Amino acid sequence: MLGLNSKDTMLLIVVAFLALAAPFLLNPFPTNSSLAQFNAGYPDLMQRFAIFGIFAIGFNILFGLTGYLSFGHAAFLGVGSYAAVWMFKLLSYNVIPAIILAVIVAGLFSVLIGYVSLRRSGIYFSILTLAFAQMSFALAYSVLSNPKFNLTNGETGLQVYGDDPQILHREGLPDVPHLFGWAMRDNFLELEVAGWEFTFNNGYYLCAVILLVVFYLAIRLFRSPFGLMLRAVKSNQQRLNYTGLNPKPYTLAAFIISGMYAGLAGGLLAAMDPLAGAERMQWTASGEVVLMTILGGAGTLIGPVLGAGFIKYFENIFSKINDNVLHQWFAFLPDGMEDFMVFIVHPFVGKGWHLTLGILFMLVVTFLPGGLVEGGQRIARLFRRRGKKTDTPDPEHHPKETPHVAE
Amino acid sequence: MDAILLQILNGLDKGSAYALIALGLTLIFGTLGVVNFAHGALFMLGAFCAVTLQRLLSLSFETIDETKTDFLGNPLKVKTPYVEGWFGPEVGGAIIDWAVPLSILVAIPIMIGIGFAMERGLIKHFYKRPHADQILVTFGLAIVLQEVIKYFFGANPIQTPPPDALLGVVNLGSWLGLDLPYPIWRLVYFLFAIVVIGGVFSFLQFTTFGMVVRAGMADRETVGLLGIDIDRRFTIMFGLAAAVAGLAGVMYGPIVAPNYHMGMDFLVLSFVVVVVGGMGSLPGAVLAGFMLGILESFASTTWATTTLPGINQIIIYLVAIIVLLTRPRGLMGRKGVMEE
Amino acid sequence: MGILEVKGVNKRFGGLQALGDVNLSVEENTVHAIIGPNGAGKSTLLNCLVGKLIPDTGSVMFDGRSVLGRTPYEINQMGISRVFQTPEIFGDLTVFENMVIPAFAKRDGAFRMHAFESVAREQDIVERAQQMLEEVNMLDKLHMHSASLSRGDKRRLEMAMCLLQEPRLLLLDEPTAGMARADTNNTIDLLKEIKQKRDITICIIEHDMHVVFSLADRITVLAQGSPLVEDSPENIRGNPKVREAYLGEAA
Repeated sequence: MLGLNSKDTMLLIVVAFLALAAPFLLNPFPTNSSLAQFNAGYPDLMQRFAIFGIFAIGFNILFGLTGYLSFGHAAFLGVGSYAAVWMFKLLSYNVIPAIILAVIVAGLFSVLIGYVSLRRSGIYFSILTLAFAQMSFALAYSVLSNPKFNLTNGETGLQVYGDDPQILHREGLPDVPHLFGWAMRDNFLELEVAGWEFTFNNGYYLCAVILLVVFYLAIRLFRSPFGLMLRAVKSNQQRLNYTGLNPKPYTLAAFIISGMYAGLAGGLLAAMDPLAGAERMQWTASGEVVLMTILGGAGTLIGPVLGAGFIKYFENIFSKINDNVLHQWFAFLPDGMEDFMVFIVHPFVGKGWHLTLGILFMLVVTFLPGGLVEGGQRIARLFRRRGKKTDTPDPEHHPKETPHVAE
Repeated sequence: MDAILLQILNGLDKGSAYALIALGLTLIFGTLGVVNFAHGALFMLGAFCAVTLQRLLSLSFETIDETKTDFLGNPLKVKTPYVEGWFGPEVGGAIIDWAVPLSILVAIPIMIGIGFAMERGLIKHFYKRPHADQILVTFGLAIVLQEVIKYFFGANPIQTPPPDALLGVVNLGSWLGLDLPYPIWRLVYFLFAIVVIGGVFSFLQFTTFGMVVRAGMADRETVGLLGIDIDRRFTIMFGLAAAVAGLAGVMYGPIVAPNYHMGMDFLVLSFVVVVVGGMGSLPGAVLAGFMLGILESFASTTWATTTLPGINQIIIYLVAIIVLLTRPRGLMGRKGVMEE
Repeated sequence: MGILEVKGVNKRFGGLQALGDVNLSVEENTVHAIIGPNGAGKSTLLNCLVGKLIPDTGSVMFDGRSVLGRTPYEINQMGISRVFQTPEIFGDLTVFENMVIPAFAKRDGAFRMHAFESVAREQDIVERAQQMLEEVNMLDKLHMHSASLSRGDKRRLEMAMCLLQEPRLLLLDEPTAGMARADTNNTIDLLKEIKQKRDITICIIEHDMHVVFSLADRITVLAQGSPLVEDSPENIRGNPKVREAYLGEAA
């Protein structure tokens, strides 16, 4: 289907199901139950799942396939957001031109940065992209927000004001980002079924549909000759050169595509909430997308989406857990033990989410370089081996076959 | 003339910090071949050694001073630091006053210990893995360290004043007939940095240990073949690099109040410094550190910022990009070392 | 006029004269061996032919066109393929994928943005890859991870990748270095078979005299960066100058 083999089609269908049914799937607990705090089915969070999923898919096209570790990808996200808000200010609140411009501007920006950065590889490439991103951050934060030439509105962040031209704005259109009158922040359906509440948000479904489109494009890219060349770049650039192929345009193209994905994510962020700030470009933000991709599984198709969802979900849940919640959890223990457990867990939750994230990240890089996807595969293999004990594979005589990239 | 000299002086303190951090980064990269993204965190930990010591020294017990009363007529409670109780107010007060310089003594063993622990516990498992993995795992470690500090010390900067005697401003140019007012502590910091840098270089130059390490930096395999236990020496090297970063942090507190993210802020710039100086070149790291510090100071003048708004924020990155593109091995890097 | 003409090539590294006035002419459809003791400049010469190094002076012409100043991939596209001393293959990819890459390079040139097509649907490419693998008897290893192949298989895979491009000149850099006798003989047989089946010029740099005398039509002896003699194998065998250069090694 759609030019994919059956395995990839299944993957796409699974992702489509997960994305479209997310409002149900992410709200498994009744609203009044004590477990409701683990629900993730509200619009704001679901939008972030989809948007950062897009961001990570794009980052993975560069890092997962070519092995070039960019530490400055947040710059493209930020540029996309600024471009989108400028469209809101100048044209109208319609999200289509905003998203298109975000992708184009981020693409142009990545041509520039990619052309320069890709003249080096390895750590130099990482440091160059890092330097560019920090420079963009400084530019956005202070340089480009002077009174004479205010492009970014500095610390306050770029937003839409009443006296902006908005030349295409008409009476009757909502005064918030919308898709031909369909306001992003509105819900088109709110279901209440016996204690459960499900919210269907316009903005989320726009993000989800776009996620599916770009996920499909990523599958095609992974299976294409172009994708193969990118993996060859990672594997052995010398051989690629002596095989008559020029690695430069391949890596640059991957860089630009991945920059455009980031710009799209940035544009969507602005479409959900029409505000763009420089902190989106900081290198910690670039680090976050690296985390998502590695945690999910770099070089795999589904990994980055899983990683993005995982990080955004636990960021949200962990920051909500405070000492009261912890005391509830450990209430079954004797008093002394209860306090002790709360004391132990406390640093890792609430504001301590980043600590947990850092530890998790170190563990994954050290023990599970293939991320969650590899973890899943290992568990699956374990079960399979239990299932048929007679068939003990002999690694000496049956060299393992390459795991397919989609797995 | 005065103005130019003053800008050079103003660049020295930041330049010193860059040079010290970059020196450690280069030591680690040159000897172990590891790109350490947690090096900035070591700088930050050093600064918090000073903060901790200052707090410990200021721990106080309460006594009731019968001679004084508050406005309600109750006897006044007076807090006296234990140190003053033990050594008398004169000596005790001086100890508290000199907490930051005293921290050097505490910070050296602590930082060396942290360096050893990092190398043995984590980094050594990554020698044979790709640079990307090294970057990633040390990046994770940097996050962890900074969050731990944030947990214990909070998110706000903590003032760590220098000793009273070293407060204030000195006119460095008075004997030349120039007007060069300069804060004393910054001068102390610069001199301190020179001493540390000189110490590291003479250590590498004049000891057998240093000789082996330098040989190892040039050609690790050959030295390994000579039957010298290079790995153990490299562990010590990591400890040394950690101590240098820590010392840079200890003394930096009075210039900028320590906060949990100061490490990350300095790390990015220090990497740039290493790249400009030349990956693997110790003199290059020091030279580039001071040069970029001074350059930044010139870019921060009113003249520069009115001509090109914000130039002070981006000048270092611009220089780095130009250097990398025109002379990828850096100012003093050896040909062929990580040039790709 | 040979297919490869090297004229007056000099290369210095600092104070070391790596190549001094090298002249070399490789005739089309022959196997030409370049031999010489260690440090004779064999690898430097090879690197000058493939664009990795640029000689200080002199000219290198392939099929009437200069290769100097061109990058390795451009030189490959002109029709020169290179086999490395230690096999250079795409270790992260399967044997099949390794074969597909040169097939694309042959068909589409140095760069083509084909991000939406599927590799599996490129019938001609897939067939070409399989056909070539069959020729080197590796079809059964089609889906194996190429890093897990034996060293001999890696060598065969690398050669198959080069041959798939139908190069006019195949450069071999000590193809049997570090191999056991049996593997060396297999490689010799493989090369003979390759030569038999197609019109191809092979230029081989080799240390092992057994390999050289089994294959070469013509031999150039390099010593200290300059060609000592160029002659047929029979004459080289008896040449006292060569014996001297090798200190009896050639016997």
